[in-house]
Amino acid sequence: MIQWLKDLLQSPPQSLSPGWAQADGGGRADPIDTETPTLARQLALVIDLNVCVGCHACVTACKQWNTSGMAGPLSDVNPYASEPTGTFFNRVQTYEAGTFPNTDTVHFPKSCLHCEDPPCVPVCPTGASYKRKEDGIVLVDADKCIGCKYCAWACPYGAREFDDASGVMTKCTLCVDRIHDKLLPEADRKPACVKACPTNARLFGDVKDPNSEVSLAIRDRGGYALMPEWETKPANMYLPRRITPAAVGPEAQTPGEISSNRV
Amino acid sequence: MHPAWSLLLFTTLAGTAQGLLLALAVASWLLPLPTGFLLGAIALAEVLLTAGLLASFFHLGQKGRAWRAAAMWRTSWMSREVIILPLLMAWVALWWLAIAMDVSPTVLRVLSALVVVGTFALWYCTAMIYACLRFLQEWAHPLTVVNFTLLGMSSGSVLLCALSSLAGQNDLLQSLQFWALGSTLLAWFMRRQALRRNARLSPTSTLQSATGIQNPNLVQKSMGMSAGSFNTREFFHGATAQTVRRMPYVFQILLFALPLLLVAALGAHSAMAWILAVLLQFAGLLAERWVFFAQARHPQNLFYQTVS
Repeated sequence: MIQWLKDLLQSPPQSLSPGWAQADGGGRADPIDTETPTLARQLALVIDLNVCVGCHACVTACKQWNTSGMAGPLSDVNPYASEPTGTFFNRVQTYEAGTFPNTDTVHFPKSCLHCEDPPCVPVCPTGASYKRKEDGIVLVDADKCIGCKYCAWACPYGAREFDDASGVMTKCTLCVDRIHDKLLPEADRKPACVKACPTNARLFGDVKDPNSEVSLAIRDRGGYALMPEWETKPANMYLPRRITPAAVGPEAQTPGEISSNRV
Repeated sequence: MHPAWSLLLFTTLAGTAQGLLLALAVASWLLPLPTGFLLGAIALAEVLLTAGLLASFFHLGQKGRAWRAAAMWRTSWMSREVIILPLLMAWVALWWLAIAMDVSPTVLRVLSALVVVGTFALWYCTAMIYACLRFLQEWAHPLTVVNFTLLGMSSGSVLLCALSSLAGQNDLLQSLQFWALGSTLLAWFMRRQALRRNARLSPTSTLQSATGIQNPNLVQKSMGMSAGSFNTREFFHGATAQTVRRMPYVFQILLFALPLLLVAALGAHSAMAWILAVLLQFAGLLAERWVFFAQARHPQNLFYQTVS
């Protein structure tokens, strides 16, 4: 109760100057910045639909890391029975575009998009849902969450999953307990899903840095946001599938024609 | 959306209590009401509010932390509701006490005015929880606020009619019946507007905008799991298309048509008519709230169409 009162009293409407990057600011119930100033840093994933093969390695790596890490356990109900269900932060879905026989199978990994204007955050009644100012990651404070599920309603992407065993909302943390861990070798300071991907379909980095790998990929390969109509400004972007024509045969195309064939 | 019992009960019980309090407060300004009757009716409203509050707790995964929900009143309509509800309950308790202790009429007027403000504030906050979610197009409209308010006014005043006919309060019943019948008719008209609006809505999000795959022939082949998840339970009503089509008729008959017919047929002085109307209306209210949830199509459902 006291902490709640402190939070309430200590949180005047904050002036959002560029110098606010305090390292420990994430856990506090800050008032939500509805003006959404530009973050200096926004960590995000870029998903390459052109090379995702739908192997679900990112799903299992995510589940393994997060069920045994600070976000876990991610409970499973009836895991070996007829109606298994459980909490996951990441799913790989499969879509089919076109009409037979000219169809294209697209594997589509889906997790929290860490929106720059996350609609799930201001609706949270307790302040458990927040967007970290230092790196733009949207997180849930499991000790403050009352499990009302309102944030899940407020997410058009269905990115949040309620964990029945712990009674709180869970979501992708971008492996926040991993990417900043100085004890890990630098190459391992990436989300588990990125490390697990065998085709390099998942890129990770700062989309606010114009020269980062992710920014270059978005720029060069037409990276796009999901459901742009709701103006949530997702940080995660998707790289479109491009048709790769057969290199031999009567309908072989010249390389110049390839890039225009976005599915 | 999945209609959760906890939310159906909370919004209907609290809404009826608010309508009862509003009718009582206004009646207390215009008519001399016997103290015993007034105290009983206010106590019933408080019991209904408490029952609603209890029901709402069953929606929470961590009930013991419910007090935290008052923290984010600057941004969250749910937080505002969580503040207003106990405040209204406190004002109702004070009003009851003030009547029981026979304090001056000025104090009574102030307290009853506060209760009136509280009822409207609570309707507004409760409805805005739903109406503020812009991509839930069935909810994101002023009609949501109008209907939460009117349905509460209707059910609360019909309940007060039943109480006054039982207690032989004929003067009160004489004036109140017009309020009850009028608000019921108006609620019916406005709820029909919402039903008509929902029928005409076309979803802004499509599978193409959701995935960014711009082929007009696009189908999901797998949602990425072999069984259900939170996403398939929370955002789907789980009923057949036929049920969803029929339920609007069911609630309109129970909530509006039958109560109005009963009172017209048996006469506004028949206690039996009003008591039956209350029972029918409550069943109708639950059905109405079910439809309110079931008709809301969440855009995340686009991602959860096919199990394989």
